[in-house]
Amino acid sequence: MSETKTGGIKPKHQRLVLLVIALVALIGAGLLAAYALSNQASYFYVPADLVKDPPEQGRAIRLGGMVEKGSLKTRTDGVTIDFVVGDGMSKVPVRFTGITPDLFVEGSGVVAEGRMEGQTFVADNLLAKHDENYVPRQMGDMTQAQAKAVVAETK
Amino acid sequence: MIAELGLAVLWMAAALAALQLFAGVVALRPGGAAMTGLVRPLAIMQGVLVAISFLALIDLFLETDLTVKLVAENSHSMKPFIFKLAGTWGNHEGSMLLWVTIMAMSGGIVALVEKRLREDTLIATLAGQAFVSLGFYAFLLLSSNPFERLPEAVPEGAGLNPLLQDIGLAFHPPTLYVGYVGLSVAFSFAIGALVTRDVGPAFARAMRPWVLGAWIFLTIGITAGSYWAYYTLGWGGWWFWDPVENASLMPWLAATALLHSASVLASRNALRAWTVMLGVIAFSMSMVGTFLVRSGILTSVHAFAVDPERGSFILALLAIYIGGAMALFGFRASTVTEGERFSLFSREGSLVFNNVMLCGTLAIVLLGTLYPLMTEAFDAKVSVGPPYFNPVSAIFVIPMMLMMSVGPLLRWRKDKPGRITAVVAIPALVTALALLAVVVFAPGIRILPIIGIAVGAGLAVGSWMPLKGRNLRRTPLSVYGMVVAHFGIGVALLGAASESAFSTERLAAMNVGDTQQVGPITVKLLSIAPVAGPNWTALDATVTASYKDGAPVTLHPQARTFSSPPGERTESALHTRWNGQLYAVLGKEGDDGRWQMRFWWKPFVPLLWLGGLLVALGGILSLLGRVAHDVRRLRAEGKIAYRKARLENLK
Repeated sequence: MSETKTGGIKPKHQRLVLLVIALVALIGAGLLAAYALSNQASYFYVPADLVKDPPEQGRAIRLGGMVEKGSLKTRTDGVTIDFVVGDGMSKVPVRFTGITPDLFVEGSGVVAEGRMEGQTFVADNLLAKHDENYVPRQMGDMTQAQAKAVVAETK
Repeated sequence: MIAELGLAVLWMAAALAALQLFAGVVALRPGGAAMTGLVRPLAIMQGVLVAISFLALIDLFLETDLTVKLVAENSHSMKPFIFKLAGTWGNHEGSMLLWVTIMAMSGGIVALVEKRLREDTLIATLAGQAFVSLGFYAFLLLSSNPFERLPEAVPEGAGLNPLLQDIGLAFHPPTLYVGYVGLSVAFSFAIGALVTRDVGPAFARAMRPWVLGAWIFLTIGITAGSYWAYYTLGWGGWWFWDPVENASLMPWLAATALLHSASVLASRNALRAWTVMLGVIAFSMSMVGTFLVRSGILTSVHAFAVDPERGSFILALLAIYIGGAMALFGFRASTVTEGERFSLFSREGSLVFNNVMLCGTLAIVLLGTLYPLMTEAFDAKVSVGPPYFNPVSAIFVIPMMLMMSVGPLLRWRKDKPGRITAVVAIPALVTALALLAVVVFAPGIRILPIIGIAVGAGLAVGSWMPLKGRNLRRTPLSVYGMVVAHFGIGVALLGAASESAFSTERLAAMNVGDTQQVGPITVKLLSIAPVAGPNWTALDATVTASYKDGAPVTLHPQARTFSSPPGERTESALHTRWNGQLYAVLGKEGDDGRWQMRFWWKPFVPLLWLGGLLVALGGILSLLGRVAHDVRRLRAEGKIAYRKARLENLK
C-alpha cells in the first residue's frame, strides 16, 4: 500500500492514518481467518456421527474409534491396509497407505485423518497412542456414552 | 542435601525478587531515593542464586539421585550422559526452572551492563522484571517444585520418553527458552518506559540488543526444532502447524516486528507507541506459548504435563501480566507523544507495512491455533491444519516478502519512487523469470509453491541490492546483518517451496535384494540385522542409494525399541547431496516377510534450514555491529569525561 502513495496526507493526521491502516489489516486478518477456519477446520467424528450425518465427500475430517478385531487386512502391495473402525454402534471401513504407528493393532483406539471417498474413509495419517501415557486427546474426549467404552479399552 | 540446597536457594531468590520489586517501587516514589542503590545489586544477586539452584538440579540429574521425585520420574541410571544432562529440562518442572533461571539471569545482566538508559527507567524496568519473575517463582515453588523428595528412594528411574532421547533435546529447548524469556526483558523495558514516561530513542537503543538476542535464539531454536521434527518423526515433513510449533512461531513473528519498529524508533524517533505495544505483545506471545505447551490443553507431542491445576495457574499469570500491561498501556498511551513524521513512501513507511503484515500473520496463526479451543466450548471437536495455515498466512507473507526487496533501498523520512526503480527492476525481473521458468518447465505444481519459488528467487537476489553503490569496507556490520538475514529468508522460502513442489515419495514392501526408484535415485535393500545401543535395541536396514548412475552410498534407517521407558521410534536415515536429500525410513515386517520401506527424494530441502541459519547469522552480525558501536561510543564518552575532568583539575 505504501508503494503507490507518495505521502500526500496532512502530517497532523499521520498517527490516525497509521492506526487506521493497522486496524484495517488486523480486522481483515481476523475476518479472513474466521472465513477460512469455517471452511478448512477438520471436524472430529466417531463412526455413529459419520453414519447419522455424513460430511460432504472429500472434506478433511478426523475419525476416531476402535480398530475392529479381525478386520485388519494388508493388500498385496504390502503397504496398503484396510480395516474397520467402530464405536459400538456403527462401523466405517478405512483404507490407509503407509507405515502404521507402532502401537496400531486390532482392538486398540485410533484417530485417522483423511476424508470420505464413497462409503470408505481414506486416511492420510493415523494417530495411535505413542506409549501407555499418551492417548490422543480427541480419543479421550469422545464424550458420548458409546465412546466411553472405547476410551476405557484404550487405557 | 543438594536438593534441599537448590530449593532453599530458589526460595531466597524469590524473596530477593519480592524485595527488588518493593525497592524499585519505593525508589520511584518521591523521597524514595535511598532505595535507588539497592535495585541493581538485588537483581544481580537474584540471578546468581537462581543459577545455583539450576546447577543443583543438573547435578541431581547427572548423579541420578533417585530420592528426588523428578529424577525418579524422568531419568534412568543407564541413560547416556548427554540425555541425563538434557533430561534436566526434558520435563515440566525442570523446564520451568530453566525458564526462571534465564529470566533472573537476564535481569541480572541488564542490571550489570545497562548504562544508557535513564536511571529511573532502568529501575522501573528491573522492578517490572522482578514482578514478572515473581509470578513464575510462585508457579514453580507452589505447583511445580522440581526438588521434591520421595518418601523413599525408588530402585530405578522411569526413564525419558524415547522421542526425546535425541541430541536435539540438548539444544532445542534451551535456545527456544532463551528466546522466549529474552523477550521478557523487552517487556520489562516497555513497562519501565511507560511507567517513567520515557518512550524514546534511548529506550529503543537499550531494548534493541535484547530483542535482537532473543530473536537470534528463537530463530536458531525454531530452525533446530524443525530439523529435529523432520528427521526424528519419520513423516518426512518439516513443519506440521502443531500448536506447539505455532507457540514458538508467534513470539518470533512478534519479535521480528518489534525488531524492525525498534530500529525505526532508535534511528528516527518514530513509531513510539507502536514499539511499546509490540514489546508487550512479543512477551505475551511467549507466555501464551508456554500456556499452550505447559497446560497440556492442546494435543501435541510436546504436551507432557497434562495438569489442569497448572493450566489455570499459567492462565491466571497470563491474565495478570498481559491484562496489566495492556491496562498500563491504555492509561499511558496518550502521554506517549507522537514521534517524528514521515512520508508513506519512505523507509519508515515500508517498515510499517512489514510490521502490519507480520501482525496480520500473527493474528492468522493465533486464531488458527486457538480455534479448536474456542469450538470446544460449543462441544465441537475440530483440528486446524495446513489447508488453513498455508494459504491464509501466505496472503500476508507474500506481499511482505515482495516489500523486502524494496524497503531497505528507501531513504528515511521521504523518498521518490523514481530513485529506486532501476534497482528494484533487477529482483522484479528475477521473480518474473523464475515464475515463467517454473510454469513452463514444471507444469502441474500447485500455486503456492510456484509463488514461493518466484518470490524466494527474487528476494535471494534483491536482498543484496542495498549494498549496491556502497563502499563495502565502510558499510556498517548491521547493514550486512540485514542483508544476510533477508537473503536467508529468500533461501529458506526457496527450500520450502522446492520441497513442496518437487518431492517424490516411494512407499513399498521390499524383500532383501529388491531395488526401488525414487526420483533420480535407485535404492537397494541389502540386509536387515539387529543392533543394540546403550538403552535400546534396533532393527537396522542396510540400504544403498545411487544418484542416477553414480557411486552408491550406504544408509542405515532403523526401527528402535527402547527399554526404559518402553517405547519405539523410527530412526530415519538421510543422505544429503548438493541438490537435495534422500530420506529413508524402515517400517514393519509384513506377514509375507517383506519389509515396508519409505523413501523421499526432496530436492533442495536443506536450503530451508540453511536459510534459517543464515537468518540467525544475519542477526548475530547485526548484534555484533550494534554492540561494537555502543562500546566505542561509551569509550569515547568516557574519554571526553576524563579529559573534561583533567581540564577542570588543571584550571
